[in-house]
Amino acid sequence: MKPASFEYVTARTVEEAVRALADSEGEGKCLAGGQSLVPLMNFRLARPPLLVDLGQVDELRQLRHDDDGSLVVGALVTHREVAGSPLIAERVPLLAEAAREVGHAAIRNRGTIGGSFAHADPVAELPCVGLTLDAEIVAAGPHRRRTIAAADFFQGPFTTALAADEVLVEIRFPASGAERSGWAFCELARRRGDLAVVGVAAQLERRGQRLSARIGLAGVAGRPVRAVAAEAGLSGATPDAASFRAAGEAVAASLAPPSDIHGSAALRRRVASVLTERALERAARRLEAA
Amino acid sequence: MSERVFRFRLNGTEVEGRAEPRRLLSDYLRDDLGLTGTHVGCEHGICGACTIHLNGRAVRSCLLFACQVDGAEVRTVEGLADARDPLSPLQEAFWEHHGLQCGFCTPGMLMTAAELLETNPDPTEGEIREAISGNLCRCTGYVFIVDAIRAAADKLGARGAERQ
Repeated sequence: MKPASFEYVTARTVEEAVRALADSEGEGKCLAGGQSLVPLMNFRLARPPLLVDLGQVDELRQLRHDDDGSLVVGALVTHREVAGSPLIAERVPLLAEAAREVGHAAIRNRGTIGGSFAHADPVAELPCVGLTLDAEIVAAGPHRRRTIAAADFFQGPFTTALAADEVLVEIRFPASGAERSGWAFCELARRRGDLAVVGVAAQLERRGQRLSARIGLAGVAGRPVRAVAAEAGLSGATPDAASFRAAGEAVAASLAPPSDIHGSAALRRRVASVLTERALERAARRLEAA
Repeated sequence: MSERVFRFRLNGTEVEGRAEPRRLLSDYLRDDLGLTGTHVGCEHGICGACTIHLNGRAVRSCLLFACQVDGAEVRTVEGLADARDPLSPLQEAFWEHHGLQCGFCTPGMLMTAAELLETNPDPTEGEIREAISGNLCRCTGYVFIVDAIRAAADKLGARGAERQ
């Protein structure tokens, strides 16, 4: 229950962090809030020979909106800050609602959005929201910075498109372009604050008379997934109880979730279906109120 | 691995620390500084017994390396009460309401509750239960812990009213 020995460097800039990772020939790990990495190290499931502490890199704490209307959240912005930020509440309220479901208060005080994305736990809330809203991940490597679509970033359980010498800099949430929207994040956890068994992110968007839906699921596959069939079924539909029930049924029909000690495949399928319906109902109430 | 030198404020006093990078803050506080008020339970961020305040926020000290507190303000349960009082109002309320049985979870409960009352001076029972959801009491004495935190809120609220 104590971590193995490692070298520790404090980076002051993103470039310094990238250089330290590159010098370690891919063996180094970035330390952000440490709420996932340090438990793994204490269990010795992870034994990185080098930790690059990002805590002093001010660039990574940015929270801003760009001229194109997208919201940019720096990698070191904590879950607490995401949950409480007026800017995020205004621009990407689905993200704020999901952040309130992450762990306990003490975890949200330290844990970061960049850490959550880079760790890529299949049940994590924020990656699910990132996928649902077509977020883009900006990564800095030794030669350049690149932008990765969330759909390409999450590759499998605890596996992302980040290279070993890349640092996750920020996450960009594009403006939806909708005139009005309603959102909801629902999850089932065995106890309050535990990792979720299944989570559902839903957003209904209205452009003119046209309705479209975004639905993302966590805990039903090795990475977050979009409920493509359910989204298509809601496109242009009337947002009512029948269409939401049909969306839940479409979700259940499309999934082949894993079984583990936290829940069987049948349970996950059923919960995903019920939570999809609930999330859509709540999103619709907000859409009406908007 | 070479030791790191770090400077931080601990319960209001400047400290120059020295530790290997792998040294957890919880172990550093207990074993190197002798501040055994911070308890160590699970050592992977589940039980909450090691909760301290870092720059005013409740955090798990078993998920921090000691060298990470360089430049930070740290408060442990030893720093909850003013120097002239043996117990803070929150600690008194735990005593009065029997908010502890074996005492193992108590320092973490106190630090978690202290942050709650600093940010939300008048919490509902639901908010109190939500706040301490990350702190395990294996005596399962949650009812009295919730009572104690609510009583502390009343006590602190009354004091605030007196001052006005």
